[in-house]
Amino acid sequence: MTAATQQSESTVGEQDVLAVAREQVLERGVGLTQDQVLQVLRLPGDRLQDLLALAHDVRMRWCGPEVEVEGIVSVKTGGCPEDCHFCSQSGLFPTPVRAAWLDIPGMVQAAKETAETGATEFCIVAAVRGPDKRLMSQVRDGINAIRESGNDINIACSLGMLTQEQVDELVEMGVHRYNHNLETARSHFPEVVTTHTWEERWETLRMVHEAGMEVCCGGIVGMGETDEQRAEFAVQLAELDPHEVPMNFLIPQAGTPYEHYETIEGPDALRIVAAYRLAMPRTMLRFAGGRELTLGDLGAEQGMLGGINAIIVGNYLTNLGRPAERDLSMLEDLRMPIKALSDTL
Amino acid sequence: MDELYCVHCGRTVEQCDAAACRNARTSLEPPRFCAQCARRMIVQVTPNGWTARCSRHGETASRSHQV
Repeated sequence: MTAATQQSESTVGEQDVLAVAREQVLERGVGLTQDQVLQVLRLPGDRLQDLLALAHDVRMRWCGPEVEVEGIVSVKTGGCPEDCHFCSQSGLFPTPVRAAWLDIPGMVQAAKETAETGATEFCIVAAVRGPDKRLMSQVRDGINAIRESGNDINIACSLGMLTQEQVDELVEMGVHRYNHNLETARSHFPEVVTTHTWEERWETLRMVHEAGMEVCCGGIVGMGETDEQRAEFAVQLAELDPHEVPMNFLIPQAGTPYEHYETIEGPDALRIVAAYRLAMPRTMLRFAGGRELTLGDLGAEQGMLGGINAIIVGNYLTNLGRPAERDLSMLEDLRMPIKALSDTL
Repeated sequence: MDELYCVHCGRTVEQCDAAACRNARTSLEPPRFCAQCARRMIVQVTPNGWTARCSRHGETASRSHQV
């Protein structure tokens, strides 16, 4: 895998990009190039509904109508040594978040709460550079306890950067998917994180992929990146070819360097969602943190009809979401079936 | 019991900047400071609720987590 810098097909700039996308992405299943994504991101407001409709058609054609529902929990909160500028869990910023550990009964309960929503995915997350022996042991014990409770939900993990031995250990534990976000375009990453590199994250993703786990990798928009960098990130993710891309929208967290950033406008967020769908027609695209603040209820529905086919329900790691029942009701209203656990086995 | 301190910024209720602490963002935040003494609390968010523990005043929880 190398960083993607594809040039667009010759049609860009000569034909309407949505007409090109209809033939290239919808009909042939070939994702947009970087230049084409940039064109989509710069479409005027009066083309937004056409864009969303096309992205929805692409999702239905190449992914189908089902929506994957997931719940997440933080097993180790706060006190992180890294300086990800968006994150309230960094120990380097004066945020109000205090370090906390979730015990094994708490993990079992969180997995139970998630399964009760009908979700098929439960992701165990830790705010760390990478897991130490204590954290790996906690995760192993937690997974065993979840299974012993009779809960057969799929378990994913997000524990930072891994060694090969840790990758192998997670596979052996039965972790079927690993989340590790690249967060933003490679060219923008040094503005967001200085304590490790984009390439270090890429290396963990490579090992996860080679070990046979599903790769979950996305990022956050609204961190001062340009449209060009949003397009760059879309093709970098497409080149990685992850199973899932979680899309987060920056929540300006108190005490972080991004505390005073404005959230992006709803139409821009929807434009990005649709553009990423057109860049990755077959990839699971998940609504993650910040959608409540950036898009609200109406925008969330538009996103579900604009390329999204997966969703985190309930609360996030340190922030609250809207109640799971409201998202499940929204999916019912939109006549979008929830992916069943039996479909994933 | 009356709240003496803002649970989002830890300032006294009188000193709290309402615009900064009562808005769409903070409506998606669990409490971080004890309303009685302004100590920073240990907060655990779970899929359908939260608990917040003050070393002096004990634990509070979202409605879904109250027993």
